[in-house]
Amino acid sequence: MDLSPQVLAQLAAVCPDGLLTAPEDLAVYGFDGTAALKQRPGAVVLVRSTQQVVECVRIAAAHSVPIVTRGSGTGLSGGSVPVAGCIVLCLVQMDAILEVDPNNLTLRAQSGAITQKIDEAAGKHGLFYPPDPGSMKISTIGGNVAENSGGLRGLKYGVTRDYVMGLEVVLPDGRVVNLGNACVKDVAGYSMKDLFIGSEGTLGIITEVRLKLLPRPAARRTMLAMFERMEDAAQTVSAIIAARIIPCTLEFLDRMTIRCVEDFARIGLPTDCGAILLMETDGHPAAVAEEAQQMEALARLHKAREVRTAKDASEATTLATARRSAFSALARVRPTTILEDITVPRSALAEMVGFIAESAARHRLQVGTFGHMGDGNLHPTFLTDERDHEEMARVHLALEEIVTKTLSLGGTITGEHGVGLAKKQWIRKQLGDASFELMRQIKMALDPRALLNPGKIFD
Amino acid sequence: MATLRELDYSVLQQCMHCGMCLPTCPTYDATKRERHSPRGRIALMRAIADEEIAVNRTFAEEMSYCLGCLACQTACPAGVDYATLFETARADIETAGLPQSVARRFWRWLTLRALFMHPARLRLVGKILRWVQSNGLDVAARAAGLTRLLPADLRRLEPQAPAISPAFSDDLIEPDELSRSAGPVRRRVALLTGCIQDLAFSEINRDTADVLLANGCDVHTAPEQSCCGSLHSHNGATDLARTLAKRMIDTLPPGEFDAIISNAGGCGSHLRHYSSLLKDDPQYAEKARLWDSKVRDIHEWLMGIGCRAPEAAPEPGPVTVSYHDSCHLAHGQKVVQPPRALLALLPGVRMVELPEASWCCGSAGIYSITQPEQSAQLLERKVGHILGTGATILATANPGCHLQLLNGLRAKGSKVELAHPVTLLARAYRNERKNLKTKIN
Repeated sequence: MDLSPQVLAQLAAVCPDGLLTAPEDLAVYGFDGTAALKQRPGAVVLVRSTQQVVECVRIAAAHSVPIVTRGSGTGLSGGSVPVAGCIVLCLVQMDAILEVDPNNLTLRAQSGAITQKIDEAAGKHGLFYPPDPGSMKISTIGGNVAENSGGLRGLKYGVTRDYVMGLEVVLPDGRVVNLGNACVKDVAGYSMKDLFIGSEGTLGIITEVRLKLLPRPAARRTMLAMFERMEDAAQTVSAIIAARIIPCTLEFLDRMTIRCVEDFARIGLPTDCGAILLMETDGHPAAVAEEAQQMEALARLHKAREVRTAKDASEATTLATARRSAFSALARVRPTTILEDITVPRSALAEMVGFIAESAARHRLQVGTFGHMGDGNLHPTFLTDERDHEEMARVHLALEEIVTKTLSLGGTITGEHGVGLAKKQWIRKQLGDASFELMRQIKMALDPRALLNPGKIFD
Repeated sequence: MATLRELDYSVLQQCMHCGMCLPTCPTYDATKRERHSPRGRIALMRAIADEEIAVNRTFAEEMSYCLGCLACQTACPAGVDYATLFETARADIETAGLPQSVARRFWRWLTLRALFMHPARLRLVGKILRWVQSNGLDVAARAAGLTRLLPADLRRLEPQAPAISPAFSDDLIEPDELSRSAGPVRRRVALLTGCIQDLAFSEINRDTADVLLANGCDVHTAPEQSCCGSLHSHNGATDLARTLAKRMIDTLPPGEFDAIISNAGGCGSHLRHYSSLLKDDPQYAEKARLWDSKVRDIHEWLMGIGCRAPEAAPEPGPVTVSYHDSCHLAHGQKVVQPPRALLALLPGVRMVELPEASWCCGSAGIYSITQPEQSAQLLERKVGHILGTGATILATANPGCHLQLLNGLRAKGSKVELAHPVTLLARAYRNERKNLKTKIN
């Protein structure tokens, strides 16, 4: 579906150097980080200011053309995959970090700013932006807010939502609203900013964010515990939580994932063990030392065959970076990697992990599982080939079973990746009819003509 | 070589478009456009394989804009073989016979066919250039405005031409030199003297031979050696690359040596992949596999056999040295630590890490000719970082980077010396002997 010459001319007038329409440009904006989803947009606009966003939205509204907003396109639920013939608004050039305020512990940035750059900017003032999604080297903060991204530190520090104090949002009719402020307390009416956090580009376009920062922890200790069996790793996690310790990170990799990560990173992970637990504690040096000692003892008590402590900050970073590469590294095995994001209450974790392995075996599928053991968020990843339709059908059967099991355990279909296209078939099942309709009513109230990211989350 | 359409589809599918390559790509960094990113380029190649778009002018321009620095390959957790995709795409573009300017056709013909296929001719050109330079005729011609008669491309490049060495490698190195260092293990290695390295940096070849001899290696060199074919392979001339690979294997039969040593990052990266280039050649496939298993970068080899730390310093006083990674040494060959470890062996040397050390300097083969603007921007960024370190010597191990950085630094009026790490090591060994003589006297 092509855009009319009139729409293109108007967009060109707004963004003379940012409008892309060549087939070679449209093809490369047809996907994000999600496997097997692709759709060609009508045009791509690289905007540079909120004003340009406003004008593009007005043009789209006047001609009833849908808009799909995107940052770096690293999403994992198809949230920024275009709708046929839509305008893709790409915000990566709006990447300024506008202000770090060490007195109020806040930071303001345009929404295209890179997550890691935000933490680095905070770091220069001895401050800290904790959410660290796997793609933080390239993901944009706007995308993080729109997806309410998590990361490796969710257990102790929470997710993106916990750090958003204010937003500038362009509404589907072109109005600009400023939601929230720099106050720690604020109960003036509904918390409107919260409506847009995790809204996946369906309610408005986030153009600026104000974030909460924390003092940078004075000390940090990172450890790696190796286990013969996954169950022992899961038991260790339960024991740590039961001992009233909240580490910042408790990440696990299963055997398949360990092999792929080691193949890429070459950092000497033992490829013959059943599970690895990456544990990190941070805070006051004395507390860190004590907690690290306790965690190591608990791991050994639960049959860890070895516990290794990172000797310095750079080795700790190497370990965390290797863990962040897990999803992409699994792509070494087979051409297509179908990644899930289910989350269950922590007490149901061991059961869920066992169920995934059993389901994969029953359907004769290869699976690698890794994730955030501390917060119950698992990423079972099926290794397959999208061109093998028979095998893909078995993948879908297994997914269906895993989702059903997750919901029966009181879990959620997505802990941090969002619903997008990839998980919308299950959203009604999870929410129930009444909550699902409520969500749709909100969408209708803000975007009655379904101009913004239509077909995502729900139809 | 297969075309994009014939290529094993799983090589294209290996990219799961996670975007981890984006922050490491110099052209994406410069433009923030997906088309100029590794995953964007791979998506275009896949669209060509799927027959959704054609091998056209736009695609050709895109692949010419790509530096081929392979930083994306280091960053890629999924293990995408971008080097193969890149060379396949460039070969497709050449065979598609897209209309090209006369100037571009001339440059390709001159470099790939007329010069770099024929070592004797290349040396003749080198000798003429040397005569021109040594008699100051280039400077005189520039002063007299005669260079204005040259075509625009050549006029821009003429002052960047490398200073040709007063002697070529075979004037400096005997075909067979035997190590006199008394060690328990004696090894026999072949040293590749290269083409650009041979014309412009033959002393680096002498230095390489010296450090090998000092570490118990007998050194064999071929008096006349062809180009390794790296230039051809990177520019879509696969057939010529194959011819040169075979010639190289015949010149230096791999079975006769413990290792085949390269001291140039770009060449080494290509030299390690003869087996994939010749895999369908019944006569050479096996030899090429043996060849690949013997090729070593000089730093990698020396550190691997336990390089002897020199007792003397390379310079009279203490110096600060920084190191720039050649893309094809760091990303193509994954040799990152050995050159740094080698420099750390040198007494009187303080090492400072160069920020963005493995970010391309813009030399990238003939990129500075084909994409002068982007090349200049990358050079500017690199020179800024070098000057920021306060180092007085910058070490780097690839002739392309060496020339590019030398031009960039001198244009800024900087006196920072450029040196191959091996040159510094050779200097230190020589100073050992000097010190010894002084002691005896």
